[in-house]
Amino acid sequence: MPVIPLGSSRWSVFRQALMSPSKPGVLALADGSVFRGLAFGADATIAGECVFNTSMTGYQEILTDPSYFGQIVTMTAVQIGNYGLTPEDEESSGPKCAGFIVREVSPVVSNWRSRISLPDYLAKHGIPGLSEIDTRALTKKLRVDGAMKSCLSTLPISDEEAVARARAWRDMAGSDYVKDVTCREPYLWRADSAENFNAAYMPVGTTMNAPATPAIKFRVAAFDYGAKHTIFRKLVRHGFEVQVFPATATHEQIREHAPDAVFLSNGPGDPAALPYIHKTVTGLLPDFPIFGICLGHQMLTHALGGTTFKLKFGHRGGNQPVKNFETGKVSITAQNHGFATDPKSLDKTGAKVTEINLNDQTVEGLRHTTLPIFSVQYHPEAAPGPNDADPLFTDFYRMVEARKAGKV
Amino acid sequence: MPKRTDLKSILIIGAGPIVIGQACEFDYSGTQACKALKEEGYRVILVNSNPATIMTDPEFADVTYIEPLTLDMVEKIIAAEQPDALLPTLGGQTALNLSMELHKAGVLAKYGVEMIGAKPDAINKGEDRELFKQCMLRIGLDVAKSRTVKSLPEARDAAVQLGIFPLIIRPSFTLGGSGGGIAYNREEFELIVANGLDLSPVHEVLVEECLLGWKEFEMEVMRDHKDQCVVICSIENFDPMGVHTGDSITVAPAMTLTDKEYQVMRDASFAVIREIGVETGGSNIQFSVDPVTGRMVVIEMNPRVSRSSALASKATGFPIAKIAAKLAVGYALDELRNDITRVTPASFEPTIDYVVTKIPRFTFEKFTDADPTLTSAMKSVGEAMAIGRTFKESIQKCLRSLETGARGFGGGGKHGSDEPVDEKTINAKLGTPNAERIYFIRHAFRAGYTVERIFDLTKIDPWFLHQLREIYEMEQALAQHTLVTVSTADFRRAKQFGFSDAHLAHILASDLATVRAYRKQRGIATTYRLVDTCAAEFEAFTPYYYSSYGDENEILPPSGKKKIMILGGGPNRIGQGIEFDYCCVHASFALRELGYESVMVNSNPETVSTDYDTSDRLYFEPLTLEDVLEIYQQEKCDGAIVQFGGQTPLNLASALKANGVNIIGTSPESIELAEDRKLFAAILHKIGLSQPANRTALNETEALTFAHEVGFPVLLRPSFVLGGRGMFIVYSEDEFKAVIRQAFEVMPGKPVLIDKFLEDAIELDVDCISDGETSVIGGMLEHIEFAGVHSGDASMVMPPHTLSPDMLTTVRQATYELARELRVVGLMNVQFAIKDNHLYVLEVNPRASRTVPFVAKAIGVPLAKLAAKVMTGAKLKDLGFTREQTPKHWSVKEAVFPFVRFPGASIVLGPEMRSTGEVMGIDDDLGIAFAKAQAAAKPGLPVKGNVFLSVKDADKPRAVELARALVQLGFAIYSTSGTARTLADAGVPVKRLAKIAEGRPNTVDLIKNGQIQMVINTPGGMIPRRDENAIRTAAYAHNVCLMTTITGAFAAVEGITALKHKQVGIRPIQQYRGNVTLV
Repeated sequence: MPVIPLGSSRWSVFRQALMSPSKPGVLALADGSVFRGLAFGADATIAGECVFNTSMTGYQEILTDPSYFGQIVTMTAVQIGNYGLTPEDEESSGPKCAGFIVREVSPVVSNWRSRISLPDYLAKHGIPGLSEIDTRALTKKLRVDGAMKSCLSTLPISDEEAVARARAWRDMAGSDYVKDVTCREPYLWRADSAENFNAAYMPVGTTMNAPATPAIKFRVAAFDYGAKHTIFRKLVRHGFEVQVFPATATHEQIREHAPDAVFLSNGPGDPAALPYIHKTVTGLLPDFPIFGICLGHQMLTHALGGTTFKLKFGHRGGNQPVKNFETGKVSITAQNHGFATDPKSLDKTGAKVTEINLNDQTVEGLRHTTLPIFSVQYHPEAAPGPNDADPLFTDFYRMVEARKAGKV
Repeated sequence: MPKRTDLKSILIIGAGPIVIGQACEFDYSGTQACKALKEEGYRVILVNSNPATIMTDPEFADVTYIEPLTLDMVEKIIAAEQPDALLPTLGGQTALNLSMELHKAGVLAKYGVEMIGAKPDAINKGEDRELFKQCMLRIGLDVAKSRTVKSLPEARDAAVQLGIFPLIIRPSFTLGGSGGGIAYNREEFELIVANGLDLSPVHEVLVEECLLGWKEFEMEVMRDHKDQCVVICSIENFDPMGVHTGDSITVAPAMTLTDKEYQVMRDASFAVIREIGVETGGSNIQFSVDPVTGRMVVIEMNPRVSRSSALASKATGFPIAKIAAKLAVGYALDELRNDITRVTPASFEPTIDYVVTKIPRFTFEKFTDADPTLTSAMKSVGEAMAIGRTFKESIQKCLRSLETGARGFGGGGKHGSDEPVDEKTINAKLGTPNAERIYFIRHAFRAGYTVERIFDLTKIDPWFLHQLREIYEMEQALAQHTLVTVSTADFRRAKQFGFSDAHLAHILASDLATVRAYRKQRGIATTYRLVDTCAAEFEAFTPYYYSSYGDENEILPPSGKKKIMILGGGPNRIGQGIEFDYCCVHASFALRELGYESVMVNSNPETVSTDYDTSDRLYFEPLTLEDVLEIYQQEKCDGAIVQFGGQTPLNLASALKANGVNIIGTSPESIELAEDRKLFAAILHKIGLSQPANRTALNETEALTFAHEVGFPVLLRPSFVLGGRGMFIVYSEDEFKAVIRQAFEVMPGKPVLIDKFLEDAIELDVDCISDGETSVIGGMLEHIEFAGVHSGDASMVMPPHTLSPDMLTTVRQATYELARELRVVGLMNVQFAIKDNHLYVLEVNPRASRTVPFVAKAIGVPLAKLAAKVMTGAKLKDLGFTREQTPKHWSVKEAVFPFVRFPGASIVLGPEMRSTGEVMGIDDDLGIAFAKAQAAAKPGLPVKGNVFLSVKDADKPRAVELARALVQLGFAIYSTSGTARTLADAGVPVKRLAKIAEGRPNTVDLIKNGQIQMVINTPGGMIPRRDENAIRTAAYAHNVCLMTTITGAFAAVEGITALKHKQVGIRPIQQYRGNVTLV
């Protein structure tokens, strides 16, 4: 990421002419509706599934979350780009979504940590962006009609062509997106690497929530289905040595590594379209404490014999209330998923639903009744979003600890 | 856990009179709380001394006491009502402090009353700066380096220790941070510390590291008994640290925090509310962030609902006070529903897809000698809020919502002038925070300043400055065009940037009507969007709208019912406040009762009228012709009510009517008739009523000639203003020359009215309702002060206490004739003066007056509601209100003033209104009722001690009588030269004191030392002498009872006599109902 030397030109301005802006862009949906706006970022025409995210902060984390692979993300919050981007807040190497839609992109960056502006960042990574769109009207459409096949173009193409490109896009359902975002080879997540930003962000002078580092480090084999880096950062902070494996790693390869536990990461796309992963996880079930997040939770569902289904427009945002039946308490969680576990399918799997989303009662967490296995649909690592569910990483550590002590 | 069943009855303490730092927001929160608890079946006992509140309407609580908010009165209420619990967190700082007093005095323990929501320990930790700081450090949060000191030497020590100026000085336990300040040098430091120690009730100030120029944020947090916490709203201050948040322009949501920074702030907020121990309810936590290093410090927390939480509720649609009340009785957040989406629970965090801006409204023009610099002590009297899809739209809407004449960020007029401004002025206006700073940012752009340079002067975040820069550049680009040459796309963009039609008319050298017609012709229509708590993720069922320019219009289809629009009063200001909101809310209730759909339009976030369930449809919009007309037309309203929102809607009435709006009730022509001197004089002549000799002058020369014609003293006043702005009583040509220009400047281009001033006349306010056939007087209020004190500032007694039955009959006849002549349908207020047993008409206002809620409380009849019904065509005889009802009890109104906020301002009652609020004292005994009103207005009448008495020459004869009465009551009299001599000559024992210039100890010293219990000081001339003002200022600052009129002082004597000989009882207003004599 290029560094803007702060101070030389304190605030560069990025924007098209205020009057009669010259560079239009378009979003077309498969149902034929067309939204015209202004282009920013890269010059490109792309197609993907159009979804909306209601987070008011965290566009950088959203852009770089591999779970958005193949998707065109619309932010419902209106002022986007205000604080620029910083390498510390990357969730993977660069943006992963196909396109980005905002109501208004900031003409200037204002934050002491910022190193690059949003338009420059997207342009550099070849991602087209669209601003001056009535994102509320678009969001309502997606809410009513469901997430939709769409085309976003910052090139001079006609409305008709854009609609045709949207319709021609192969649907997400049934496609393996994980293969595009998983790592190629296993690697050790370097806890001592400065580039991995393993220390939690904390302003100077504030020492709140400083975690007590556990005495023993456990080895966790973490599947990377398109993992957000903060998950690895949090595992490190909670006492794990993290060996990352590609999605295609077999259960034998995992056993070879002899981990203390297995972690299943988040990732993009249709969870039902990944039979090879279901099989690998099934193979690991009896022998390892397992913790899954998001797609990892859905992989566990399938590995246990359950099924998943597509939600109409998914849950994407940082304000989702999740009730935990075991504690009786509600956490505000960060979510990003378009599919969910079918609770009825869990009946004979040995797993029970431990958490639900209070907005629509969908499954948010499950736990195996006999094995040391649990998973959540939401994102306890936050990034972006609330840290309320951070204790799950401690729960995972305790579970592994108990297992090692022969208590489970 | 569901609600607690061990509690049956709950006491709620209101916030008392409107003062700076505590405005209608606590009527909004208290009303919500009362409704929420009643809905749950609890017996709600309410005490509040402010009659102009919706919460004190008899149906909102089971038992409502309009009694002084003092320890002994509330103890009496607790003894009588035996509540199980006290909810201390919904009545602002007043209720919180009083609750702590009740706790410390052992009253709560004695009667077994449990404090719910926040326990005394938590309140103490939240309020005591030193304890709070320790708590923050314990949980790993950073705070500004500081030291609490109790003396000047200690303070000097602390300054040395902290090392570097500027330093902030904050007195402990003062409302809205009053008495604090920023010291840039040692000299200033000594002054502010000394003043702060003086003002703090515990003589303690905090000396603190100055975070001037840092970014400032607020988090509105809620917690339930299961320890579930949510953030309702984050707010970023446009004005950086150094300006009280109540005086800052603020924006929601926070604009310049990354997710990492935001989440740390969120976690910190939860850590704070947990550590302080607020068990359930809402808290407001303020943070400051160093823009260079990101260092984050906690500034303070309010362990209660606040002005910011009212703003957050309106900004998000999440009703914080209502939910706080339910959490206090045992509900958990997940057991409560989000009213707006209906299907989702209250345990979530609102997300918003628009930008909300709040701008405070100031009234420095009423306190001309006061320092208009904005500091850490709050000075604003109200605020406007606006919602736009973007910050640019939001702030431009908010600027026009302020009703200070701005059409946006520019656009001509006083604040948007295109005249060049010199650098020196710009630098001064940018470098020191002040109410006009934002307008000077535009002048700076015009003068070629870069964003960098403006940032260096103001420390306003560059993000905000760039947004304003874009508005400015758009204005410049548009200025190259005419209405005809600007493209439709650019026109739409300009509207999306928040440019009003009036603003565009100025830039494009056109006029409002043409721009509007042209815009319509080009198909650029306003679209209305919903405030739905969830950024459209779920369907919303509450029609709460703001306007924008987008693709989609979310106005609900018509329901088939007839729709009536109610125009609210906009931001609070002196002269136009909660009383008018009260009337608007009643209008809405009345219309709904009659089966109409009520459509509320208002821009004031503090109010009950902008609660989403007050009206069928709510539009949070500026009250300008463009904005109102657009709603009226799109909603296809059947009529509009303009007579309830004060001057704001009245100013729009004619233009609305000209644009086809059906104004219901009294016609705009009648309203103007009452303002037109000639026509009005003709009416008076026709019905045989007299008015003081008067003239209408169009210029200063003419004015002087007329003044001589009617003869001094004369009353000068500009036309078309509320609250007596620019009104003067002048006794001589010299005085006249000193002020005449100001009178003309208030409403440029409008004439100034010159009346013969009736000295020592009794003034009478009469509120009347008429349906066009029947007119009924609601109430007659006799002023305690002689005519010349603005009716908003005067103490009043209802029913009249000195007038003869014959005179009252004359008044009635006159009132009814006026109502008939003006064809009043709705409310009418008449001000009469009686001199030498002759009745004069001073003023007639065919609209709701400030006294309507007071009268309604006094007679137990919802006058405003009846008036709204009458305006739709209902008849009083069908509504069962056909005869005037004279209460058998006494009701006294007393005004409350903000002088303590404006050191240096002259403390004197006059024809220009300067009070911010009012209280009511009710009793069977007039003396007690007056004493109650005094106690409610604080500090209350003394029953023993020393009185300082110094009066103007004209009052000297009566001063003797007064002093004798006081001596007889056991008081010792202190005085200075003139008055002392008069008293001594008359044989009244008096202790002579030095005048301030004559040496020490002087009167001010005695006041500061607590040796004077009452000050009676009647001002000599129009401009008070320096000495006098120093004495009055000291009295105000040290809570010493102050009387500035001789009649007020005599009323005080009656009150003190009553206090000494009678019991002060309490009685709920529900028991006063029907306690009337039919006239």
